[in-house]
Amino acid sequence: MSLTLGHFLSLGAILFALSVAGIYLNRKNLIVLLMAIELMLLAVNMNFVAFAHYLGDLNGQIFVFFILTVAAAESAIGLAILVLLFRNKSSINVDELNSLKG
Amino acid sequence: MEFQTGFFYLFSAVLLFAAFRTVTARSPVHAVLYLMLAFSQAAAIWLLLKAEFLGITLVLVYLGAVMVLFLFVVMMLDINVEQMREGFWKNFPLAAIMGAGIGFELISVLWVGFPDMIVAPEVAQTAMHLADHNNTREIGKLMYSQYVGAVEIAAVILLVGMFAAIALTLRARKDSKAIDPSIQVKVRAADRLQVVSLPATRPAQQPESQA
Repeated sequence: MSLTLGHFLSLGAILFALSVAGIYLNRKNLIVLLMAIELMLLAVNMNFVAFAHYLGDLNGQIFVFFILTVAAAESAIGLAILVLLFRNKSSINVDELNSLKG
Repeated sequence: MEFQTGFFYLFSAVLLFAAFRTVTARSPVHAVLYLMLAFSQAAAIWLLLKAEFLGITLVLVYLGAVMVLFLFVVMMLDINVEQMREGFWKNFPLAAIMGAGIGFELISVLWVGFPDMIVAPEVAQTAMHLADHNNTREIGKLMYSQYVGAVEIAAVILLVGMFAAIALTLRARKDSKAIDPSIQVKVRAADRLQVVSLPATRPAQQPESQA
């Protein structure tokens, strides 16, 4: 039995579902939320790479490269905001982030 | 059974376990370490798919830079684990149902949509699947010809990300005695020198009557 495209797409689907469940589980934890987003992007990238392999098209791999670029910038800014938040509030508890309310 | 199949199942099992532990780990530091394990397994699976450049890039850039950044930030912050875990078990049933539902739907669509799709014979003849294919060189050729505009936009995105991260977290010292040249240059004479209009000589005082 050899590997089919379905194997890799299913792996990506399970990974995506796990990270969605992680977002539900860690609603109070900003850091783990960022990590769950990284996992989601990884699942999507897995699909791109699998399609690129099975269709013999290198453009999918280029797209993964750009997704990695944007994800790196996103996590850098997200972590910077997190540090700033901690400096101002001395905690990163989501419940305290209500100063914009009303 | 080909040996790739065995490796695929090994890497996938470790990847899914690591992803599961990432979202359920008690301590954020453990979560980051499990996330690093997940990314390394994903890189191995990409190597199975002959995406060598991306696999190595994932290890170098993601494990080497982004995940270490995560680790530094997690270690710098004082995190109250109990407060963070609040609502974990309350949300657990909903998360399990949503995760199982999304996973089931995606797999049922994808598994039916791409039944037993292996590398087609005409695809296997393309340059990408030949033994002497140089993945990095081909990606480089594509990136600097067809996608050169996108590469420049990606460079600008990274630059903006760098500026944003520095500008957000930069903190100037309040007790610093360093002089700002721009303020020095902007000084005008009126700020430093005040001209008070005074008579040149005092009016002669009349001597008091000495009588």
